[in-house]
Amino acid sequence: MKPRTLHRSFLFATSVVLLAGMPALSFAQDKKQETLIVANETGPNMLDIQGVGANRPAYGVAWLAYDRLMTYGKKKLANGVQSYDFAKLEPELAESWQIAKDGMSVTFKLRKNATFHDGTPVTAKDVKWSYDRALAMGGFPTFQMKAGSLEKPEQFEVVDDSTFKVSFLRKDKMTMPDMAVPVASIYNSALALKNATKEDPWAGAWLKNNTAGGGAYKVASYKPGQEIIYERFDDWKSGPLPKIKRVIQREVPSAGNRRALLAKGDIDMTYEMPPKDFAEMSQEKGNVKVSSVPAENSMIYVGMNVTKPPFDNPKVRQAVAYVLPYDKIMQSAMYGRGAPLFGAKKPVTGTEWPTATSYTTDLAKAKALMKEAGMEAGFETTLSFDLGQGTVSEPMAILAQEALAQINIKVAVNKVPGANWRAALLKKDMPMTINRFGGWLNYPEYFFLWTYHGQNAVFNTMSYQNPAVDKLIDAARFEGDKKKYAQDVKGFIDIAYAEVPRVPVVQPMVDVAMQKNIEGYTYWFHLQPDYRQIYKK
Amino acid sequence: MISTILKRLLGAIPNLIGVVVVTFLLTRALPGDPAAFFAGASGTAEAVEEIRKKLGLDKSLPEQFIVYVRDLARGDWGMSHATGQSVLTELTTRLPASLELTLAALFLAVIVAIPLGILAATRPGSWIDHLCRGIATAGVSLPTFFTGLLLAYVFYFLLGWAPAPLGRLDPYLSAPAQVTGFYLIDSLIARDFAVFVGALKQLILPTVTLALFVLAPLARMTRASMLGVLSADFIRTARASGLAPRTVLFTYAFRNALLPVMTTLGMVFSFLLGSNVLVEKVFAWPGIGSFAIEALVASDYAPVQGFVLSMALLYVLLNLSIDIAYGFVDPRMKIEN
Repeated sequence: MKPRTLHRSFLFATSVVLLAGMPALSFAQDKKQETLIVANETGPNMLDIQGVGANRPAYGVAWLAYDRLMTYGKKKLANGVQSYDFAKLEPELAESWQIAKDGMSVTFKLRKNATFHDGTPVTAKDVKWSYDRALAMGGFPTFQMKAGSLEKPEQFEVVDDSTFKVSFLRKDKMTMPDMAVPVASIYNSALALKNATKEDPWAGAWLKNNTAGGGAYKVASYKPGQEIIYERFDDWKSGPLPKIKRVIQREVPSAGNRRALLAKGDIDMTYEMPPKDFAEMSQEKGNVKVSSVPAENSMIYVGMNVTKPPFDNPKVRQAVAYVLPYDKIMQSAMYGRGAPLFGAKKPVTGTEWPTATSYTTDLAKAKALMKEAGMEAGFETTLSFDLGQGTVSEPMAILAQEALAQINIKVAVNKVPGANWRAALLKKDMPMTINRFGGWLNYPEYFFLWTYHGQNAVFNTMSYQNPAVDKLIDAARFEGDKKKYAQDVKGFIDIAYAEVPRVPVVQPMVDVAMQKNIEGYTYWFHLQPDYRQIYKK
Repeated sequence: MISTILKRLLGAIPNLIGVVVVTFLLTRALPGDPAAFFAGASGTAEAVEEIRKKLGLDKSLPEQFIVYVRDLARGDWGMSHATGQSVLTELTTRLPASLELTLAALFLAVIVAIPLGILAATRPGSWIDHLCRGIATAGVSLPTFFTGLLLAYVFYFLLGWAPAPLGRLDPYLSAPAQVTGFYLIDSLIARDFAVFVGALKQLILPTVTLALFVLAPLARMTRASMLGVLSADFIRTARASGLAPRTVLFTYAFRNALLPVMTTLGMVFSFLLGSNVLVEKVFAWPGIGSFAIEALVASDYAPVQGFVLSMALLYVLLNLSIDIAYGFVDPRMKIEN
């Protein structure tokens, strides 16, 4: 604690509690030790992750205020940061589970003493209601459930109060992990149903502003656009009791101010800063530390629309891949914060993902490829990016524009505001885009399913369709044999990198800046803060 | 008088209808697609369609308009999909925050700008006149977000005099029970002195930032209007009759110079309310400006419509109260039947 804040809390304590002297002071100190103050750019827009239009910070609410049947294990990364371990599932609300001998169902045993925040015991009925709800709400929750082959309410069965069975539609290795993502949160069905109406049988309206969970933290106060305050749920049974009793999460849009607040010790933690700030903060000697992890299964790339000339020609796309100024982008757009996805010396070998391409900046090769394609004279095109990602995408676009001019490709840069970006992606008519995609479930075939598969999902921004790739992706999804699986993965990566409809550039970092006395930060695939493990030294 | 006020209010109804129609059409003409925006990260084309139906955006425009007007008549201003709250709750929690800040800034600006303008007018060409010009030029030409950041940097980061720019209250204090929505007033009602002091401290920097910005038009208007009045015949007569300079200046000149200043004040006020979004962003102030901007970025129709409508209502009330105030300053301007 710094002298200034001590002084302030002393003033505060003496002015409020007129008669109290030292006891009030130590009370205030305890309060600070058990309170975490976080400032972020945006907060949750609702408390219900299954609601229509729930934003990313709302995933964080689900994570803290609700439990899942299972959670992931933990591991230490090479740089010392603690991370979740996607390969390991651990009990949360379920104390154990058994996969049937035929591998076509799983039976969960729920904790008998677990309750929701209002004291109601958690039963298998609540679990079924919650899963049914995820399927019924439509949009994102439904699609996330489907990604794990959880598609029909009939799959979920209440055996008795503390036994819950899920039948599998097919052998999909993503089914089990999918039940540990935030969407698969368990709701207090009795409480929710009390607040449901005829038009709104799943209590969507009520759950937007209220929680019906049993997670480690209760939402004590929620002011959309301002702050959310969490209080520890002292009867939480699904894991070790968190050390932080109260979390105050405020919205402070100005990144500069958040940095000042952190440096002055007025907040404990902040996310979502421009890479430049994180780069500088990690160099500074002060009370602040930065924890960085390359975002799993995630990349920033340049995509080219293969349905229309000139990018229907793989030679032109390769020329683009050879002319992009990778090193400059790493320096001036990313400030070195990220893992390069270019310039690999060796061909792709294993199933590691994301992996670097062999492309480097090589003007002579790019020119030769343009000549082969008969495109020496060049052409005009537009490069679009999401203005919401402008801190990184804008310098990147300008560098790309400069470089592409060397092979006579004249690029107009098109900045698309946030609301229009998704609509623009859906139309699939932008010739060139800078975009970012990250998948929750850390499998290369999951990434490829969204981004390269012929089903042409919205994130296949290139509209790339190749039956050979589709076959390999589908095979890898349901392949049991490790060796064959590795071959499939290597197969689709090789084709995707040779035909290069999208040029991978960098795997971005997930950075969090915090006070030096904050311990226990854990990286999660949903990128939201998990206060359950955090404590102050 | 009351019947005049009622008449004026009735006269505002066509304006409001116009506002309702125009904002409805304008928001629909925005290029974004809210359904695509709210479909979220993994929105497929089907998901977008599903959401479009849920938001009622699959209906034809006239149908949507009828639904909107019907809801409005029942006092339902719609839902903000970006914040998940009803627009009316959002407005009632955020408008007081903006109003408190704006009123504080206007108050500060008035008590600085009017004496400054008067002094500058009575001593044209003196150092105080140059000071007035300098402050006015600086106030207008420095963008508010820059002044805000600069003030926060100097007074919070370097000197540590100002509290952390964390919104309306220090995180360790909790907001007083809502009566008016103004923290300064509500904390006094609740007799919570610590919260009052806390809220006041948080107000200082954003208030100064905004006040600097509006100082310019007010000071310049006071100066110009005072100069005009001071050279008028009746002032010469008053002076020639040997009235005390103080009486001439305040009783006769200033009162007559006040009308244009009040008009400016009204304009500045409504302008401030909608446009202090940058200051709100810098100081994490949960006001109505940042709410409206975010709604626009998300093509979130209901809040944009609600925002414009509430601003129109405020404007009507504001104009009315300024017209009434005119009557007190200058009896010739009293609203007559």
